[in-house]
Amino acid sequence: MTSRRDFLVTAGNLAGGLVLASAAGAARATPAAMQEAIRKVVGSAQIRRGRVKLEVAPLIDNGNVVPLAVAVESPMTPADHVKAIHVFAEKNPLPNVLSIYLGARAGRARVVTRIRLADTQTVTAIAELSDGSFWTETADVVVTLSACLEEVV
Amino acid sequence: MSARGGGRPRHVLAAACVFLVLVQAAPGAEIPLEARRSGYEFMSRATRAMQDDDATNPGVFWLLDGEALWNRKTGATGRACADCHGDARASMKGVAARHPAWDAARRRPVDLEQRINACRTERQKAAPLEYESRDLLALTAYIARQSRGMPITIAFNERMKPFLNAGRATFTRRQGQLNLACSQCHDDHWGRKLAGNAIPQAHPTGYPLYRLEWQGIGSLQRRLRNCMIGIRAEPYSYGAQEFVELELYLMWRARGMKLETPAVRP
Amino acid sequence: MARAVVKLPSTIRRGEVIEIRTLVQHTMETGFRRTQFGEVIPRNIVRSFVCAYNGEEVFRAELHPAIAANPLLTFTTMAIDSGTITFTWTGDNGFSVTESATIVVV
Repeated sequence: MTSRRDFLVTAGNLAGGLVLASAAGAARATPAAMQEAIRKVVGSAQIRRGRVKLEVAPLIDNGNVVPLAVAVESPMTPADHVKAIHVFAEKNPLPNVLSIYLGARAGRARVVTRIRLADTQTVTAIAELSDGSFWTETADVVVTLSACLEEVV
Repeated sequence: MSARGGGRPRHVLAAACVFLVLVQAAPGAEIPLEARRSGYEFMSRATRAMQDDDATNPGVFWLLDGEALWNRKTGATGRACADCHGDARASMKGVAARHPAWDAARRRPVDLEQRINACRTERQKAAPLEYESRDLLALTAYIARQSRGMPITIAFNERMKPFLNAGRATFTRRQGQLNLACSQCHDDHWGRKLAGNAIPQAHPTGYPLYRLEWQGIGSLQRRLRNCMIGIRAEPYSYGAQEFVELELYLMWRARGMKLETPAVRP
Repeated sequence: MARAVVKLPSTIRRGEVIEIRTLVQHTMETGFRRTQFGEVIPRNIVRSFVCAYNGEEVFRAELHPAIAANPLLTFTTMAIDSGTITFTWTGDNGFSVTESATIVVV
C-alpha cells in the first residue's frame, strides 16, 4: 500500500541540511498488537468503563501534535488512589503512547501532554487503581492532514 | 513527521485545485481591511491554547536560544548584539513589525533575516547565519517576539512601490503545474476547506512560527516554499528577491494586524 | 542551549496541590521515517521522565514515539515541604537532562 507521502527527488535548494523524510511503508499496529499491549499492562483483570476522562478534540488540525489530557476521578489518598494511567492509539505504528505512574502524593490524577496520531482512530486510556482495578475510556478522533507540505504528494 | 498510513485519496489535493482552476472565480479582489483575520482564528481551540500559553508554547526553546545568541560575543569584533542594541526588549520593540524595511545602502527592502545578517557581516564582522539554520531562526524569533502585540506597519512610499507591486504581481500570478495563484486560495477561497484544513487568509502575523507539520520553528520563506511545492511550482531559493518582495506585499496586506510571534500553526 | 523549561508556583500553602508544567526540547524521532534516499532514520526519543520531590519520586512517565516532539508533560503534586523538586529526562543515545526548582511551602 503506497503511503500518502512519496519521496521527493532532490530539486531546488535544501537549505540548512533539511532532511525531507517520508513515512513510506510505515507499519500500522494490528488489533492483535493493541490487545497484547493492553494485556501486558492489565493482565487478565477485567477492565471496566468509567472514571477515566479523556480530553482530546474530536477534530485535529495536525496529527503531529495532538493535545491530550487524561484525568481519573479518585480521592488520591494512600488508601485509594490511581497508580498508573496508560494511553494507547490503535492505528499508530505502535499502540503504546504513554504510561504515567502516580501515587497519593499526586493530589490529582491528571496528566496533559501532546501526542502523535497517524490517522483518524480511537484513543484509549486505561487507569490502574490502588485496589487493583482497571478502568478505561476511549475517544474517537478525526485527524486531518496539512494541504501544503515540503514534499510532493 | 508522523508515521502516517494511507486512508486518503492521494490526488484529492490535485482534484480540489483542478476544481478551483475550472471555476471561473471573479478576478481576485483584495480582502476588505475589516474582514481580515489572522490564521489564529482558523485553528482549533486546542492549537490556539498552544500558542497562548507562554510557558508551554513549543517555540519557547528558540526564544531562549535567541536570547543567548543576542548576548553572545561573536565575529572579529568580538561584539554581541547587546553591545550595540542593549536590552532587546526595549531596542527591538517594533522592529519586526515594520520589516521588510528599506535598506538605504542596498536601495531595496530587506527582511528581518537579511537585516540580521547585514549586522553580523558589516558590524560584527561575523559570518552570516544560513537561512533556516537554528541560530538564525532563534535570533529572528527572539527579535520578532519583542514586537508581539504590535500592529504591522509597512511604509508605503514611492521607493517601496515597485517592490510592493512586484510582490503583488507574484501573489496574483498563476504558477506551477496546478497553475494556481496565491490569491485564488487566499483572497477568493479563504475559509473554505482544502484537504480537510481551513484555508487561511495568508497573513504572516506570527513568523518565525512553530508549525505542527514541521514540529519546529520555521520562517515565512519556508512556509512559502511549502505553498509553492503544493501547487507544483519550482520554489524560489531562500533569500531570493522574489521572496522578499512577496514578504513585503504580504506584510503590507496585513498592515494593522497584530504580530503574534512566536505563533503556532498547523 | 535551552534544554528544558519547568513552570511551577514558587510559594505554596502546605497541602495545596500544585500544577507543574514541563517541556523538554527533543525531536522525538519515531524510527518510522525515511530520508529522501530511502534510509530509515533511527529512533531517537526521550524514554523516561521522573519528578522527585526532596529525593522522593512523585511522578514518572514512560514515553513512546507517539509523544509529539518537544514533549510536554503537565501533572500535579501535593506541596508537602519546602525543598527541591528535580525533573529528569532520559532517552536514547545517552540523552539526559535534569532541571531543578526550589519550592517554598508556607
